[in-house]
Amino acid sequence: MAWTRDQMAARAARELTDGMYVNLGIGIPTLVANHIPDDITVTLQSENGLLGMGPFPYAGDEDPDLINAGKQTITELPHSAYFDSATSFAMIRGGKIAIAILGAMEVAENGDLANWMIPGKLIKGMGGAMDLVAGVGRVVVITDHTNKDGVSKILKTCALPLTGKRVVDRIITDLCVMDIVEGGVEVIELAPNVTLAQVYQSTEATIVNDA
Amino acid sequence: MTGKVYQTAEAALEGVLFDSMTIAAGGFGLCGIPELSIAAIRAAGTQNLTIYSNNAGVDDFGLGRLLQTRQIKKMCSSYVGENELFMQQYLSGELELEFNPQGTLAERMRAGGAGIPGFYTRTGVGTLVAEGKEHKDFNGETHILEHGIIADLAIVKAWKADTTGNAIFRKTARNFNHPAATCGRTCVMEVEEIVAPGQLDPDAIHIPGIYIHRLVQGEFEKQIEQRTTRPGVAA
Repeated sequence: MAWTRDQMAARAARELTDGMYVNLGIGIPTLVANHIPDDITVTLQSENGLLGMGPFPYAGDEDPDLINAGKQTITELPHSAYFDSATSFAMIRGGKIAIAILGAMEVAENGDLANWMIPGKLIKGMGGAMDLVAGVGRVVVITDHTNKDGVSKILKTCALPLTGKRVVDRIITDLCVMDIVEGGVEVIELAPNVTLAQVYQSTEATIVNDA
Repeated sequence: MTGKVYQTAEAALEGVLFDSMTIAAGGFGLCGIPELSIAAIRAAGTQNLTIYSNNAGVDDFGLGRLLQTRQIKKMCSSYVGENELFMQQYLSGELELEFNPQGTLAERMRAGGAGIPGFYTRTGVGTLVAEGKEHKDFNGETHILEHGIIADLAIVKAWKADTTGNAIFRKTARNFNHPAATCGRTCVMEVEEIVAPGQLDPDAIHIPGIYIHRLVQGEFEKQIEQRTTRPGVAA
């Protein structure tokens, strides 16, 4: 049985280790915060200018001066720190953030990532995604393995405009976990009751595992 | 010293607005935006603006209010979602758009304000952003050249300032307000409270008054774009 969105987020949370500084993207990656194990402490960075992002506020406690990069109202924690946007991206570009967990429209077998633009259709902008994938220590993508029409999102080459070239390290989908390796993607873990054959069927990219 | 404090945003902007000018604006989404200056620029009717701002507001608030009046010719931003009017004007060719990665935009403002005309970054290499830009390898990695921004005017918002412009921001409303303030030939800052010198701890100042030329105190609407809460009640 394929993983649900929440189970994908829970699997992604296992990428985190004690003491890490982490940036979570919008969408499924945001859910990762709900699955961080109790026995580790990680510090969430929000690239609009906060380290130590807390949960959503209780109704009535919303503060328009305190939002995350998805423009949602949030709270601060005892160890939180605020800073300006130039400082925020200095720590991102400077490699101080250990890991970014992001969504994707397409991922290619060489680690290329497309997640910001569909020409003629979706022109919202890249926000901080290009800076994040170019700067952080490790990039993990969470995405459905296929799109609504059943077409693979894990491709030989991306068709959409790129967010970054050769930037992805690991992909977590509803079917499996894959690493970008020499020659293609390597399936390192399968969702319960999903077979490697099923992954083969749903994947355009070169899979290096023996079928 | 000539006073920096003005009674209204209209007064603070008098003599610094002109058609086809460039403006760097602080704010992230609707958080920490210079509401008063935006309203005053709308009232002044200044045309053909090029605006450096991370976002373009929403349809009826923030910089969206200057899109309503078609005063903006070009936006340089990292993210312009959540704004229908922007899309309409962009798709019809009325409005120019230059996408800048968020960190590149912030650093371009910081660099411009710090007298650094350009810098190299890995951000955007191999993407549309890199097209037409100088590429250079450092330590075996390709970087692209980005230019510092010096704007005719910076419009920013802080929480508190003393009358000399030493200012403190509040929480995530700091965002682009700091780098934008430094890159304006003139910087107009709006705040919730102006206090006398000595009322703010010099060690706690986020931006020194040297960057701030004109100050105005006012009331703020502070709209929330995405009101998210958790179940339960405050302790």
